[in-house]
Amino acid sequence: MAIISFHQVSKRYPGGFEALKGVSFTVETGEMLFLTGHSGAGKTTLLKLIAAIERANGGTVLVNGQNVSSMRSSAIPYLRRNLGLVFQGQKLLHDRSVFDNVMLPLVVTGQPYREAARRARAALDKVGLLTRERANPVTLSGGEQQRLCVARAVVNRPAILLADEPTASLDIAYADEIMEMFTAFNQVGVTVLVATHDQQLIGKYHKRVLMLDHGKLQ
Amino acid sequence: MRAWLQHHRLSLAQTTSRLAKSPFATILNVVAIGVALSLPFGLYCLLANLAAVSHKVSFEPQLTVFLARDATRSDVAAVESKLKAARGVRAARFISREAALADLGRTGGLSEVISSLPQNPLPDAFVVTLSASDPALADRLELEFKSLPKVAHVQADSAWVKRLDALLRLGRTGVALLSGLLGMALVAVTFNTIRLQILTQRDEIELCRLIGATNAYIRRPFFYLGSMLGALGGVAALAIVIAGLVFLNRDLGVLAELYGSDLRLIMPTPREMGIVLAVAAALGWVGAYLSVSKHLLGSDRK
Repeated sequence: MAIISFHQVSKRYPGGFEALKGVSFTVETGEMLFLTGHSGAGKTTLLKLIAAIERANGGTVLVNGQNVSSMRSSAIPYLRRNLGLVFQGQKLLHDRSVFDNVMLPLVVTGQPYREAARRARAALDKVGLLTRERANPVTLSGGEQQRLCVARAVVNRPAILLADEPTASLDIAYADEIMEMFTAFNQVGVTVLVATHDQQLIGKYHKRVLMLDHGKLQ
Repeated sequence: MRAWLQHHRLSLAQTTSRLAKSPFATILNVVAIGVALSLPFGLYCLLANLAAVSHKVSFEPQLTVFLARDATRSDVAAVESKLKAARGVRAARFISREAALADLGRTGGLSEVISSLPQNPLPDAFVVTLSASDPALADRLELEFKSLPKVAHVQADSAWVKRLDALLRLGRTGVALLSGLLGMALVAVTFNTIRLQILTQRDEIELCRLIGATNAYIRRPFFYLGSMLGALGGVAALAIVIAGLVFLNRDLGVLAELYGSDLRLIMPTPREMGIVLAVAAALGWVGAYLSVSKHLLGSDRK
């Protein structure tokens, strides 16, 4: 069953730049795939359309059977609770501990504190940061910070994990670590979509690849 | 439901710690709101005092009917019977010119002056007590008595009360206008304070929205912040007004003693204070609502 499906989707930004032109594809539930293309090809825009951070100008975007392109604003938070997002530029909050950063998605969705704390620790354990839960994110290395982002993205047990250039600023050892984690999540049933321009990385994993070129799918 | 309560508790704790984290800015904001609110509320309290005085005085409606200086005993008797026969009159007490002069000498401390007068300058008079405290009745009787023969002048003791009432009405309108204006000022102050708070937490808000926070979730702590600022400002306003009344009362006490009266300003009632706090908190909420809604709308469009 398709969990994400794009049909003739186009996105034009104010000012006239056309980021996506008639893009169509489907992603099956439990699939893991890469999204690649040159800088400015539309990778980030495509991910943003899935999470309703941007709205398409034409075509339909279906996620989990819901039409994201015509969704009411008040329904968007509930769509996003089913998505795990690993952003470009991390977006960690530096005014609170590692533990509180991972807690945030659970607090936002109103989980009871005890259950939330248990799940947050489990997520930190999975990415190997349990011993650093009291640290401030600033004191973590680049690789550790990225792992923290992954923990925050999966703590809510999302059906879909979207990652935008998750390995961009990491050396190969760290990048492999992150990719191993994604593969592990995929093995327990999470649909994983990774946007990256790193061809070496894509070559290592034998997964389906969506290639964007100037807003068009190749 | 539990999650909802949990978040309310969390928001409240967060808000309190945020206010405590920048005490100087918080105090300045609270003082600004307090001063803005204390002006209309203080005026309201003074007006309430004046109104109390006017009520005390107008309780017994009276007309004083002064007779012409050349009125004879029979003229006086004729007027008296007319006064007593008029509808709406409860009693008419005669004060002869001699009695009036003696009275003046006793109470005014003017006995020496009076004894040096070549003749009594005062006319005979009647003090007429009305049966009802009705300004229309007083007006009617005043006109009626004026037209009686040998009546020189009718003084309605209710006239100055009416003037005071009119002044009070003017004052109340002034207070209402002032309250409206300064209420808007309060909304503006909280609007800006919340806007600054939103800007410092911009990253957190953006992130929360990305991980599925509803608008209600994002608004809630700011509503608390706005209402709390408003309520604290209300407390400051109450403190300013009560302190002002206490100071005024101290000076007024000295003055009242000299006049042999026990005039004191009355303090606002608990109900009035409660209303001030509630209105201040509500206005703070409105400021917060406008500020957060504007921000959320702006980032939605983006």
